[in-house]
Amino acid sequence: MSEALIAVALVWVAVSGTAVVLTRDPLRQAFTAGFFGLALAFLYLSLQSGDVALSQIVVGAIALPLIVLLSLAKVRKDQE
Amino acid sequence: MSRRARLMFFAVAATGLAVTLGAGLAGLPSFGSQTSTYAAMLNKVAPLQRHVTDVVSAINFDYRGLDTMFEEFILLGAVAGISVVLRPLSDETRQLPADKAPERSIPPPSPAVWLLAVVLGSLLVLISLETFTHGTLTPGGGFQGGVVLASALYVVYLGTNYRTVARFQPALLLESADGVGASGYVFIGLLGLLAGTAFLSNVIGLGGTGNMLSGGTIWALNLVVGAEVAGSFAILAAEFLDQTAVIRTRRR
Repeated sequence: MSEALIAVALVWVAVSGTAVVLTRDPLRQAFTAGFFGLALAFLYLSLQSGDVALSQIVVGAIALPLIVLLSLAKVRKDQE
Repeated sequence: MSRRARLMFFAVAATGLAVTLGAGLAGLPSFGSQTSTYAAMLNKVAPLQRHVTDVVSAINFDYRGLDTMFEEFILLGAVAGISVVLRPLSDETRQLPADKAPERSIPPPSPAVWLLAVVLGSLLVLISLETFTHGTLTPGGGFQGGVVLASALYVVYLGTNYRTVARFQPALLLESADGVGASGYVFIGLLGLLAGTAFLSNVIGLGGTGNMLSGGTIWALNLVVGAEVAGSFAILAAEFLDQTAVIRTRRR
């Protein structure tokens, strides 16, 4: 069971990581990067490292996309 | 440098990287192999020595507590650097936030979004308090709890507007949480010296294993780290939000 879980997590990480690279628009990339962060958190959780998974969730799925989004908003506003 | 020379250079560098990386990876323990001797030992002794059930916390805040202290100061330095870089420059002004500017009318968030923000924001505060007070018992601790607490502020902004969230994050509160948290780590470390042992020794009463107040300095360090990280991430978000919402280049 746990091996199947790890396999699912690894595939999810591979797919979402590729999606981040293939996304060309930075705005959409912020969202795909957030999902990639969640995938990594799920992988850590499936490997029984709860502490690392929690850190990954808060940094990868909250802090990073927020900063990218706010920076993009700033750049667009300056271009107006 | 010609294209040919660059390709040659790349080929040499890539071969070197492939060889050293390959040799390094070949020496790693195989996937899913038994844990290291150090990990096995700590798993055995940490609950007895430090009265904690989350051994990761015991490693981060006790056995390797000095490393975490430096990480705290890396975060403090990074946030101080961001505050300096993102300050209003001489050719920039602070204007009314975009959602209050007279020439623009941005519809306020719908009541449903507002309600969601109220529910989610209070839940986030509760979860963050739970996370950093139970760092010695369950996964999580000061860092994770701190970021979750700061993210409650992001939710307040998403559900309301710039002015409301500005009321929740006075600069003095955020900066003192950041500074007191970071220096608190050092002061708790100094307790060890006062007690006549080494810096960052666990000299506070350990309490019973499984109780919320257990682990001695590990519990206290989680608390100060939580204050520092919450302050840091809130400052981070506030600086970026200021840049987006109120700081404009002065018209010439």
